[in-house]
Amino acid sequence: MSILVHEKTRVLVQGITGDFGGRHARLSIDYGSQIVAGVTPGKGGQVFEHNGVKVPIFNTVAEAAKQTGATVSAIFVPPPFAADAILECFDADLDLAVAITEGIPVRDMVRAKRAMQGRRTRLIGPNCPGVVTPGRGDKSHGGCRIGIAPGYIHKRGKVGVVSRSGTLTYEAVWQLTCKGHGQSTCVGIGGDPVNGTSHLDVIKLFNEDPETEAIIMIGEIGGSAEVEAARWIKANCKKPVAGFIAGATAPAGRRMGHAGAVIGGAEDTAEAKIKIFQECGISVAATPSDMADALLRVWRG
Amino acid sequence: MNIHEYQAKELFEKFGVATPKGVAVSSAQDFEAALSKINTTAGIMVKSQIHAGGRGKGTFTNGFKGGVKFSPTKEKAIENAKAMLGNTLVTAQTGPEGRKVQTLYFTEAANLGKRPDGRDDEYYLAILLDRATSRPVIVASTEGGMEIEHVAHHTPEKIFKVQIDPAVGIQAYQARQIAFALGFSGELFKQCVALVTKLYQFYWDKDCAMVEVNPLLVTQEGKLLALDAKVSFDDNALFRHPDIVALRDLNEEDPKEIEASKFGLSYIALDGNIACLVNGAGLAMSTMDIIQHFGGSPANFLDVGGGASKEQVTAAFKIILGDANVKGIMVNIFGGIMDCNVIATGIVEAVKETGLKLPLVVRLEGNNVEAGKATLANSGLTIVSGDTMADAAQKIVKLVNQK
Repeated sequence: MSILVHEKTRVLVQGITGDFGGRHARLSIDYGSQIVAGVTPGKGGQVFEHNGVKVPIFNTVAEAAKQTGATVSAIFVPPPFAADAILECFDADLDLAVAITEGIPVRDMVRAKRAMQGRRTRLIGPNCPGVVTPGRGDKSHGGCRIGIAPGYIHKRGKVGVVSRSGTLTYEAVWQLTCKGHGQSTCVGIGGDPVNGTSHLDVIKLFNEDPETEAIIMIGEIGGSAEVEAARWIKANCKKPVAGFIAGATAPAGRRMGHAGAVIGGAEDTAEAKIKIFQECGISVAATPSDMADALLRVWRG
Repeated sequence: MNIHEYQAKELFEKFGVATPKGVAVSSAQDFEAALSKINTTAGIMVKSQIHAGGRGKGTFTNGFKGGVKFSPTKEKAIENAKAMLGNTLVTAQTGPEGRKVQTLYFTEAANLGKRPDGRDDEYYLAILLDRATSRPVIVASTEGGMEIEHVAHHTPEKIFKVQIDPAVGIQAYQARQIAFALGFSGELFKQCVALVTKLYQFYWDKDCAMVEVNPLLVTQEGKLLALDAKVSFDDNALFRHPDIVALRDLNEEDPKEIEASKFGLSYIALDGNIACLVNGAGLAMSTMDIIQHFGGSPANFLDVGGGASKEQVTAAFKIILGDANVKGIMVNIFGGIMDCNVIATGIVEAVKETGLKLPLVVRLEGNNVEAGKATLANSGLTIVSGDTMADAAQKIVKLVNQK
């Protein structure tokens, strides 16, 4: 198995008629993912076509889910309307909403996260690369790619990867693949201060997933989510974990690209987080080039 | 986005949060007129307006001490104002280069109330996002007028927090909890409940990232006043607040960061001498880290984003080279989706256009990487190739240290 999504997961794309959403819908189709519906209000009835695959477009998420059996949404809607798109997924009782959009106002996300309480839908992101469960074909073709990650760098296997950052996730995945180690699922939880799913949420899923044997957790300065996950790992996790924290050189009070990556207090620093990782038995990568090796020091593969 | 104290207080007043009356001035010839608009009988505070804290304890590069000065008379206020306006103030938060003071704020000095133990009657109040719960939190303390980090460290029991449920907003009982925690009663209790409620409304309506009042004080006349105001806004929400965007003061921002933002680049200058150009925020941060890990010192954070074009790469090189401290450049691109050869072509053109003479190490990985590396190798330029982040970082550190 994998976590969150698998090869047969039926995916709808909100914002499929936009440049960004359309481009990545095509890449997901090329990867062999089941892109079964698009949603753009006002464009219901049109068809999104790529390489012979015809994807029907609907006006609402509920209608798309009902007509096509889609259970997961990839959200590429521009920031001012993105929280609305997320809420529409909750209302349609989807299993999962993956918000790729960068730049959603914090207030909108505070409201969306509150509205998520008591609903069955899980939110990943926003401001994230998405979720990939690699396929078993050539260059991991046939997997479920939701979002913007390059599919071909993956390989189906036993390592779960969770990260806030996109390119840093690709770095870890590529290191693993080059060393012959595949991934069960790779989850980008996003770089915003308010997100739907935390490091800890994903670690818990990996811990319960029979296919996942080892975990790489990539974090950043800012907030305490990585610390919370590390303490849980120490007490509960059955699987070897390697970790990396970005931002050792970031000055306090400056936001480093990600809205969440800013050192506020003493516990937010890379140094403090790395120390806690080590105390919790996590194999810490000294540099981002060392992520796969850090895992292989505690896991034979 | 940050704003000045005087701008924050004008917004406070609009939302019904009381502040000492004040006037902002940016020219010495307006000093007299400005002072005539406020009541100066209890004295005047002359306050330098810069986007950095520690103003009161700061020193001007001309030797004048204090960026915030009590002035008992109008004459003294004008004397202090002349020493501040147009001069550079260095505080604990500005860095050694300091900030040029281009606006002053004259406010009516308040008659500070006293507590039974003789201390000034000052409090702390702030509203911000609690990341652990994804809800706004109001933070209050009886220990105003000092650094809240200090209070949190030494007397955490004196910090009181109330979380707000975004579904219903602030409730009256929550404002009362804060007023009780701060020890107010009678008329002051009512003022505190009203002030907290209005301040929260401001925080929420205007998409603030943080609102901080330190100190909040009680005057001898029994009035609760926001004596200082520090406000920042969520950049992602500015599109719906043109009134807030109008308050932006470009003088307070690094011109290189402004230039970068025009090209969709995220740039932050640092103190080191190895510049980096990276795609993705997390990778950009860790590129800085790995340079330091191998004994170098990063000159900047620079994220070209997901789709780096030739124009962006050229603009990025120009911005990097605008920093005289830069002695070498490391490019680190993980071109997952984008074509590495397009990036490589962009780098070659940027090097030619800028006439780059400094050592340049490029690490390319991802889509069409072989073609990209060939483009760099066949360019006739001295571009060093790095196979991994570690390899590239070690090479650039070595090249820079050789010089």
